[in-house]
Amino acid sequence: MRKKKTITRREAIFAGLTSAGALLLSGCLKKAPPTYGNILRMGDDLTYMAQRGLLSQRALAMEYQKSDITSFPATDNGDPADPANKKVYSKTYQDLQGNDFKDWTLSIEGSVAKPGKYSMDDLKKLGERRQITRHTCEEGWSAIAEWTGVPLSALLKHAGILPAARFVSLYGFDNYAESIDMLDAFHPQTILAHTMNGDKLPARHGAPLRLRVETQIGYKSVKYLQRIVVTDKFIDPNSDIPEGWSWYTGI
Amino acid sequence: MKTSTVHDKNHEKVRHSGWVKSAHFIITLSFLALTVSGFVILMAHPRLYWGKAGNDLTPALFELPISRNYHHGGWEKSIPFKHLSGSQVSSARGYDIFNENGWGRSTHFLAAWFLVITGLVYFILGFFSGHFRSDLTPKARELNIRSLWHDLAAHFRKQIATAGANYGPLQKIIYLWVIFFLFPVVILTGLTMSPAITASYPFLLKIFFGHQSARTIHFFSAVALLLFLVVHIIMVIRTGFKRNILAITFGKQP
Repeated sequence: MRKKKTITRREAIFAGLTSAGALLLSGCLKKAPPTYGNILRMGDDLTYMAQRGLLSQRALAMEYQKSDITSFPATDNGDPADPANKKVYSKTYQDLQGNDFKDWTLSIEGSVAKPGKYSMDDLKKLGERRQITRHTCEEGWSAIAEWTGVPLSALLKHAGILPAARFVSLYGFDNYAESIDMLDAFHPQTILAHTMNGDKLPARHGAPLRLRVETQIGYKSVKYLQRIVVTDKFIDPNSDIPEGWSWYTGI
Repeated sequence: MKTSTVHDKNHEKVRHSGWVKSAHFIITLSFLALTVSGFVILMAHPRLYWGKAGNDLTPALFELPISRNYHHGGWEKSIPFKHLSGSQVSSARGYDIFNENGWGRSTHFLAAWFLVITGLVYFILGFFSGHFRSDLTPKARELNIRSLWHDLAAHFRKQIATAGANYGPLQKIIYLWVIFFLFPVVILTGLTMSPAITASYPFLLKIFFGHQSARTIHFFSAVALLLFLVVHIIMVIRTGFKRNILAITFGKQP
């Protein structure tokens, strides 16, 4: 066998790639969601870091014309107002719906100076953004609708978000929840939508208020909102990662 | 500078250089992982569309009977959006669909990282080493109807050169098509399905005619790559399986 004296080109390339990868990972590891040693979750983290590092974080997702609006399936784990759906049923939600959500409030807590509850009228006073955007589902389908809502950034600022805050978790009445980082939370198109296609949010699209994160896949856009928690540390409120799903879904 | 393949007149041997062998190996494995995971992802929604958006409530180009989700019922009553002038509706799904996209998607993207990074290294080295120019670009004298027809006819008469000879003109054209057209298209249409990437690069949605068109083009270019793989394997077997495999794996021939 040939004795190696100098480094070959191939070795140089591999060594270079490996060290570049190691640098990239070690530099970002503190901010990355946990992988629990799962190689797929490491890939998810690589995608997250690469998208955060390589893409413009203020760029707006494509906005469409009214004529582009399509039919829109409602796909989730079931109606939270229906006692037959044991996994998602909420008595509180059923009662709120029974009264046309007049008593509904959204609570915001955690790393904010002024934790509290907001009624729909309180929220609407914070601002409004209307956008015709595409909902992209991980299943493969997509749908376009017009959404009107309050920018999440306006609510976070109003509640006095603290400097150490890093993640925002949003909890729905249907036992579903997701968290997003501050870049997506403060993205101009990230809104708390109360209106869909000019009408108040239909029951199965998350009435009375749902999240819209236009730079991620649909399952981040929590429906039937009841609570927002701002945290300094990473949390995965829906256990996406241990259940085998990517926490970040920019792709 | 050593070129990637050296045509040795005395021995008629193709010598694949190290990086070509490494790239071929990594790309083969990632392509297989992408095919399996891509199929699993397609099973979750085996409907393909043309245009900016498409879903179970809009017309499909075609549907594939590859999972229980094919033509599934289980949609609740359609409710029209009353403030829209068109016939758009909403309907809730009460059907428990097949969905293994948790591992399907993450496997797909992890394998895509290997494919894209290896592909980029291959592109750069291919240009600078002369691999594309001297091994894969057909010679001017090969590019005429008679020569190509002769090459095509030879394929059917089983008169193609056996392992070790230089690439034939048709083979070069197909390899270039795969490297410079099919792989770039399949990668770019894949990226066009990403909401974050298209926010930064909206031109992707323009050149591929929208999110669902990109998905459909992604599907057809993947099918074309699979067809290439099948023909490639047939040719590898017919021109000397053992010698070809040893050449691309170890760069040696017995």
